[in-house]
Amino acid sequence: MDFTLSILALPLLSFLTLALAGKFMSHKAAGITGTATLTAVTVLAYATAAIYFGAGRTAEGIFATITPFNIEWLPLGDTLSIDLGIMLDPISVMMLIVISTVSLMVHIYSLGYMKGERGFQRYYTFLSLFTFSMLGLVVATNIFQMYIFWELVGVSSYLLIGFYYTKPAAIAASKKAFIVTRFADLFFLIGILIYGYYTGTFTFAPQESALIAASGVLPTALGLMFVGGAGKSAMFPLHIWLPDAMEGPTPVSALIHAATMVVAGVYLVARMFPLFVEYAPDVLHIIAYAGAFTALYAAVVACVQTDIKRVLAFSTISQIAFMMVALGVCTSADPHNGGLGYMASMFHLFTHAMFKGLLFLGAGAIIHSVHSNEKMYMGGLRRYMPITHITFLIACLAIAGIPPFSGFFSKDEILAACYAYSNATGLFMSFVAALTAFYMFRLYYLIFWGKSHYEEQKALYDAGRTTHKPHKPHEAPATMTVPLIILAAISCVAGFIPFGRFISSNGTAYAIHIDKSVAATSIALAVGAIFLATLMYKSGNSRITRGLNSSLRELMSAAYNRFYIDDLWLFVTKKVIFNCISRPIAWFDRKFIDGTLDKLAAGTQKAATFIRPVQSGNVQSYSVWFLSGALIIILVLIYLA
Amino acid sequence: MNILNLFVIIPLLMLLALWCSRTLQQTRAAMVAGSTLLLALSVYLTIDFIALRNAGNTAAMLYCDSWSWYAPLNINYSIGVDGISVAMLLLSSIIVFTGTFASWRLKPMTKEFFLWYTLLSAGVYGFFISTDLFAMFMFYETALIPMYLLIGVWGSGRKEYSAMKLTLMLMGGSAFLLIGILGIYYGSGATTMNINEIAAMGNIAREVQYVFFPLTFIGFGVLGALFPFHTWSPDGHACAPTAVSMLHAGVLMKLGGYGCFRIAMYLLPQAAHDLAWIFIILTTISVVYGALSAISQTDLKYINAYSSVSHCGLVLFALLMSTRTACTGAILQMLSHGLMTALFFAVIGMIYGRTHTRDINKMRGLMKIMPFLAVTYIIAGLANLGLPGFSGFVAEMTIFVGAFETDDIFHRTVTIIACTSIVITAVYILRVVGRILYGEPENEEHKLLTDARWDERFTIICLVVCVAALGIAPMWVSHLIEGGVANIITNIQP
Repeated sequence: MDFTLSILALPLLSFLTLALAGKFMSHKAAGITGTATLTAVTVLAYATAAIYFGAGRTAEGIFATITPFNIEWLPLGDTLSIDLGIMLDPISVMMLIVISTVSLMVHIYSLGYMKGERGFQRYYTFLSLFTFSMLGLVVATNIFQMYIFWELVGVSSYLLIGFYYTKPAAIAASKKAFIVTRFADLFFLIGILIYGYYTGTFTFAPQESALIAASGVLPTALGLMFVGGAGKSAMFPLHIWLPDAMEGPTPVSALIHAATMVVAGVYLVARMFPLFVEYAPDVLHIIAYAGAFTALYAAVVACVQTDIKRVLAFSTISQIAFMMVALGVCTSADPHNGGLGYMASMFHLFTHAMFKGLLFLGAGAIIHSVHSNEKMYMGGLRRYMPITHITFLIACLAIAGIPPFSGFFSKDEILAACYAYSNATGLFMSFVAALTAFYMFRLYYLIFWGKSHYEEQKALYDAGRTTHKPHKPHEAPATMTVPLIILAAISCVAGFIPFGRFISSNGTAYAIHIDKSVAATSIALAVGAIFLATLMYKSGNSRITRGLNSSLRELMSAAYNRFYIDDLWLFVTKKVIFNCISRPIAWFDRKFIDGTLDKLAAGTQKAATFIRPVQSGNVQSYSVWFLSGALIIILVLIYLA
Repeated sequence: MNILNLFVIIPLLMLLALWCSRTLQQTRAAMVAGSTLLLALSVYLTIDFIALRNAGNTAAMLYCDSWSWYAPLNINYSIGVDGISVAMLLLSSIIVFTGTFASWRLKPMTKEFFLWYTLLSAGVYGFFISTDLFAMFMFYETALIPMYLLIGVWGSGRKEYSAMKLTLMLMGGSAFLLIGILGIYYGSGATTMNINEIAAMGNIAREVQYVFFPLTFIGFGVLGALFPFHTWSPDGHACAPTAVSMLHAGVLMKLGGYGCFRIAMYLLPQAAHDLAWIFIILTTISVVYGALSAISQTDLKYINAYSSVSHCGLVLFALLMSTRTACTGAILQMLSHGLMTALFFAVIGMIYGRTHTRDINKMRGLMKIMPFLAVTYIIAGLANLGLPGFSGFVAEMTIFVGAFETDDIFHRTVTIIACTSIVITAVYILRVVGRILYGEPENEEHKLLTDARWDERFTIICLVVCVAALGIAPMWVSHLIEGGVANIITNIQP
């Protein structure tokens, strides 16, 4: 499997080419360089998957973990070293598929979406960098390599969010995203340091004896690593960067902030899952609670947002939290007995990447067409954008959990895992799943149904009441609709993949079966929620909506403002850290420490001025001093004698 | 002849050539020829040194030589290098070389500027090749004096004040240092000034070490921006001309770390072990305090100077951890910080040369006006905040892993506190990037400015390549320095 190295090498090469020579390339050449590279990477990734899963299982009934490539990059002391390499196991191979597929779709889509945009080459440069880093992250052979690429995806995300660097909101958002995730990474790093020191290795599978010796600190180490994962995966209260990250170009949101990078945290927990389950089950359950709360919080906030990308962002937070919950409710590594969540989480990661990528790309097509993110410019678009409409609807049905779309199957497994853990968790998550269906269909109706903004404006224009001629919404070009259709097709069929045959918590084959009662409940809830959304939003502002708006005004406004979590963070960083710590320290440094030195210098100078008159240059006074001094010494000598 | 002598002879010849030069072309030719030769020499030395080591030469120092200078006090001109000094020589010659191009168009009195500049570099080279306490001290002083004139004459802003402050503080440090050196000399029986011989004898009484270790460590620590003796750094850097800032932050501050390691810790190992905790606390403060101060600065050079306080604090912090990994990290951090800061100061100098302001509130949208400089500023910033692929990441990670090897609550706590600097660094770097590079240009005059010229591009590209090379292939450096580090570390025992 030596060719897997080129899965990493190709995007890196493309990044370097575009970074160094992009300036001299035409838009078309740059786009084609990036897209062609990605096509090759995708082909290689599928080939890897085919060969890997085609090779069959070992005697223990699992797919062997293979390391086609590994070098010692930096030795650290006697035992530790940072290695760089490629490791293939079921989840990393699955991630290769997910990343290359979505990334390829985004590359193609961007040819149309970013057409004529200033900095087109730069855009593809960063996309290549991101793809390289993300692929490096998932195939990491050890936790330190993961951290290295983790930082690199962070910086690619920073660069892409700030792509429109003249827009103040984008600048602020990129900074926020980097610093918040960096803050979380601090914990990740400390976790790695503890892990490395006590187990004597950075690899994912330390010696059994080392693990037992380190079992006392493993929960701490793993917990700290999870904080790092929570930062990347936007878990409450570290989620604040993700909605703002929507300032980046929409295809970037689809790739980085919906399908791939934000699930890195889930992937991290899944990667360390054997250790979590064995040595830190309590931490795992804390993850479940953190995830459940995040899922609810984000779903509630998503119900009232007016910017369509923000709705999708909160929906992403909520869905990732579902994956975290699924991992968290695992009580053992046996998929038949308490370990179902692992498989469910990975399954949902897979299906979510496809349908959420589709939703974002669809949103991009809509924004491209009406030139706004705000819902007030939407409405009635189904007539103008039929392909976008149908694909978006498929994605909505998938995320709402309606069979036979993919989301139903993965969410059903998650709910089954939750019910297996406890009924309360199961019911709670079912409720959040219903909320998901509600806010997604609210969004769907607001965009595609109701009164068309264009028609209203056109009527006004025709009547001569406005001079501004409205743009007629138009369907996106083929470069954009083809990726939509492909992703929609995947979302239709992905649910039927026998996922448990490839991935399960202990690696053995697991046959997915639909739990009838769980499925019935969740379908009923989803249909109910969709029905409610239809009543409320299908024909614009209905009576129920108005009633709700007036009776729950405070709750709605709090939810609209994301329950003021962002303001809290802003208060802590601006008011507390900047004004109360950094400023005083800078003042202290200049005025006190430096001031002391200046005073010392001034004091020396003063003393000099004080004694200077003694050196008057006057011979008479010198002789007086000389004689009186001599006299005193003589007297003293006489006295002593 | 010993090739190390060339590191002193070439700068002296350069001084002669500069003195004789009549035109700007001749001055430039002398500088380029000399600094290129030195760069080539240090590259050759590095390769040759690695070859000798691979051939099985395990002596503590190679290329050793000694000439008697003043026999009654056992003062010799003795030279020799280990991997650490080789790495430092390489760093110095890279900075001197790029600094030459960074001051390509410096006016007025170009010739005189380069004369002092070369004298300074001669002091630096001499310091790194010496193995005699007195010779080292002399070269150290040789490097300090030109700094006064370089800042005082060619600087900007409150240059006389800053030059005076810098010189006085560093001279104050030297005073401590001189007492420390004499203490070491007499404490070891007043038979030799040679570092290796003193270390081999190891006969300085523990009580004597307790007195002279703090003096020596603080003496060098002042140059390494040890809290609370760091305040010369922001003013000094802010007022210095570009190439001097580069040389100062890039190399001169490394003299501090190198001296602390080679003299204070190597020769006074027991005190270095017992008293380390005091200085660990001070350096931890340096690391966090420097970074926090940088957040609320508004002058680009002040931000970078405080960032240097933080990063150089990390060097001393790692040295005091006294584990092999941490000390390797410290040397890596010296190299990395030297290159990164030189890059940073070079870019800042170039921006300042155009906008005539370093106030971050007065600049905006530079990305549109001078894309090359803006992009390199971002690269320097990312390197500074420890992005993998650049040297800073390698150095910091080695330090943190090394610092974690000492397993007690005190070391754990300070390590975790020091780790927080990686977040704070991100804040002050991205704050500036967002403020001055992004956005739309607001100042009409700024819109007329041009991007970097060839000499500036050359300087920057050289440094970026070095920073990336060290970040991508750190193993050969750690291989180069491991012998030297192990030699010093084994001396430090409880």
